[in-house]
Amino acid sequence: MALIRRRASAPRREPRAADFEIASDDSWLSIADDASVPATGDVIVSLARFMAESEALLAREGRLGVRVPNDTLPELLAPLATSATLIALDFPTHRDGRAYSLARWLRSRFGFRGEIRATGKVVRDQLANLARVGFDSFELARGSAELALASFDDFTVHYQATSDQPLPLWKRAARA
Amino acid sequence: MYRYDEHDRRIVVERARQFRTQVARRISGELTEEEFRPLRLQNGLYIQLHAYMLRIAIPYGLLSATQIRKLADITRKYDRGYGHFTTRQNLQLNWPRLEDVPTILDELASVEMHAIQTSGNCVRNVTSDPFAGVARDEDVDPRPYCEILRQYSTFHPEFATLPRKFKIAVTGSKNDRAAIAVHDIGLRVLKNDAGEIGFEVYVGGGQGRTPMIAPRIRAFLPERDLLAYTEAILRIYNQLGRRDNLYKARIKILVHETGVPEFTRLVEEEFARIASDEGLVLTPDEIARVTRHFEPASYETTPATPTLEGLTLGKDRTLARFVEANVLPHRVAGYAIVQISLKSERLPPGDVTHVQLDAVADLADRFSFGRAVVTHRQNLVLTDVKIAALAALHADLAKHDLATPNVGRVTDIVACPGLDYCDLANARSIPVAADVASRLRTLEQEQDLGPITLNISGCINACGHHHVGNLGILGIDKLGEEFYQLTLGGDHTETAAVGKILGRAFAADEIAGAVEKTVRTYLALRTSRDETFLAVYRRVGPTPFKEAVYGAHPASSQRTAA
Ligand code: SF4
Repeated sequence: MALIRRRASAPRREPRAADFEIASDDSWLSIADDASVPATGDVIVSLARFMAESEALLAREGRLGVRVPNDTLPELLAPLATSATLIALDFPTHRDGRAYSLARWLRSRFGFRGEIRATGKVVRDQLANLARVGFDSFELARGSAELALASFDDFTVHYQATSDQPLPLWKRAARA
Repeated sequence: MYRYDEHDRRIVVERARQFRTQVARRISGELTEEEFRPLRLQNGLYIQLHAYMLRIAIPYGLLSATQIRKLADITRKYDRGYGHFTTRQNLQLNWPRLEDVPTILDELASVEMHAIQTSGNCVRNVTSDPFAGVARDEDVDPRPYCEILRQYSTFHPEFATLPRKFKIAVTGSKNDRAAIAVHDIGLRVLKNDAGEIGFEVYVGGGQGRTPMIAPRIRAFLPERDLLAYTEAILRIYNQLGRRDNLYKARIKILVHETGVPEFTRLVEEEFARIASDEGLVLTPDEIARVTRHFEPASYETTPATPTLEGLTLGKDRTLARFVEANVLPHRVAGYAIVQISLKSERLPPGDVTHVQLDAVADLADRFSFGRAVVTHRQNLVLTDVKIAALAALHADLAKHDLATPNVGRVTDIVACPGLDYCDLANARSIPVAADVASRLRTLEQEQDLGPITLNISGCINACGHHHVGNLGILGIDKLGEEFYQLTLGGDHTETAAVGKILGRAFAADEIAGAVEKTVRTYLALRTSRDETFLAVYRRVGPTPFKEAVYGAHPASSQRTAA
């Protein structure tokens, strides 16, 4: 499994391959619900655990990430947006698109500025769409990471306004 | 009509290029069929019983002569010389080879066409009134809004993997010719008392195994809010639509299970949050920009313009019948709307040969400002024909078997491809259409049967829209044999209704007879020529039809277990 992520220096704009990289280091450790949380370091815990133990989790040293199931009601995202540094949204299959809307809500409705990570059955052909709704990093389930990176350049024009582009094409470009 | 600018062009070119690499990955074996499937489905490429099928998008059914010629050429070069128009105003190729599909997409891109989102669980081709822009009863031309929605939904990143497919239809008339009541979103664009343009919004209609007539959730949505409201509906559906059961995944089930008031509340709440987003509010400038593409043709009017009523047809009964059945009044004096039936005796409903396509392109150039429209009843329309030129046009249409005078009549049958092509089918549709048509053709010529719609689907997916045919035929499977259910009373217009099953199903050799009995019963019951089949059915109900079709004691006439 490879991790692709937005470069720290990249501007928030419609995705281009140059804005992303294959990560060789990743400080985040995903903690299962029955495992104990280490005292330091960056950890990702489940939403259930976050809700049960949020005080302790926020008091520890190291940054906090939360795994959010894709059928989570959007209202439950509000507290996360202010306390988590990373939110991981899961794709049980790549045909299940609920996490796209959760990402939009996180960005536009709850103003989340941290990292949104796509996990689960993530494939190359959906990366650009994921980036456009607000994802920054992608755990690629399989396939070549280099080719996946190149796929951000498949399309160089987009009609819609999305999380990374507040204006639709017709407000950005002179059109006939 | 809408002409692409550099941005639109770049998108279809880049799409063709992307699909070429996806096909190459499939052919090299890098992608398994299972992995390739969702990719090809986002691009209208299905696998049918015998071959691939490519569905080409025809946004709101509108084609230029250049595009029609290109389609003719594509069917000649890469297929078997014919295509099939669908009930969603698209064109299907039944025999393309996988390795040719990227080149077909390049060819389509060269005439501002594509196959984007003609399948898959995304927003599909937006459909509309085939008479948009020329109908006398039109309040507002719906096509600019269709085009705005087309661009908004094309590769919308958030809505590429909805629970299920999503179909939007827009009409601009009270008389609904776009069947908006049976779409996921149905829009009627109109002007309010203050002269402002806006939409009635219907959500959650559909066909398939659970046919539903869409409830109206907004009486007047100002035009500037079109995208925000659409986005709110799509987002609520994407989040809450069922994904546990394929048959319950359409938005109609969500609306039904949530209840209309609660569903409406959720949508309105989301809409309120995003309604003022700069990315969604439609500006008068943008609406005007797109509307300019649909400006009326440069009609010629002379003092002595003939009218349809005043047309002297002389002794030409063939032309008279054609005019009566296929020609409609136009909003501009001296012009008429001419419908071309694709329901002749020779081809399956909606099928068209490359020679016919070329002929239509030429006739569109000569007689109708180089445009033609596909209807959701699988016919074509030349929207702007001079009344003075009708006879000449008719003569040329007749040379190509395109002058069948039956539009809106019972032999103008809508049928899906059925078991001859489709791997989901329970039964054949095309031979049943041929049987029914050949039984009723003479009757139709002898007696004016008035408007009757007859729709055939080869399975409960209802691609032939049988639920909303005045007569509907549904292919079902009974212990491995093809059977057909007959429904009566369906209606796709502004008085929309879902047809009701008349009784037990019929074997393949019985169904045409049952249809004929139904039609003869109507003839016997109508009080005048003006009382349509639907009016009679609504007046008398199913009983007289049941008695005629099954006999007075239905149980004793059973031939096979129902
Ligand atoms: S109705 Fe059924 S048989 Fe007909 S085209 Fe659709 S899926 Fe195939």
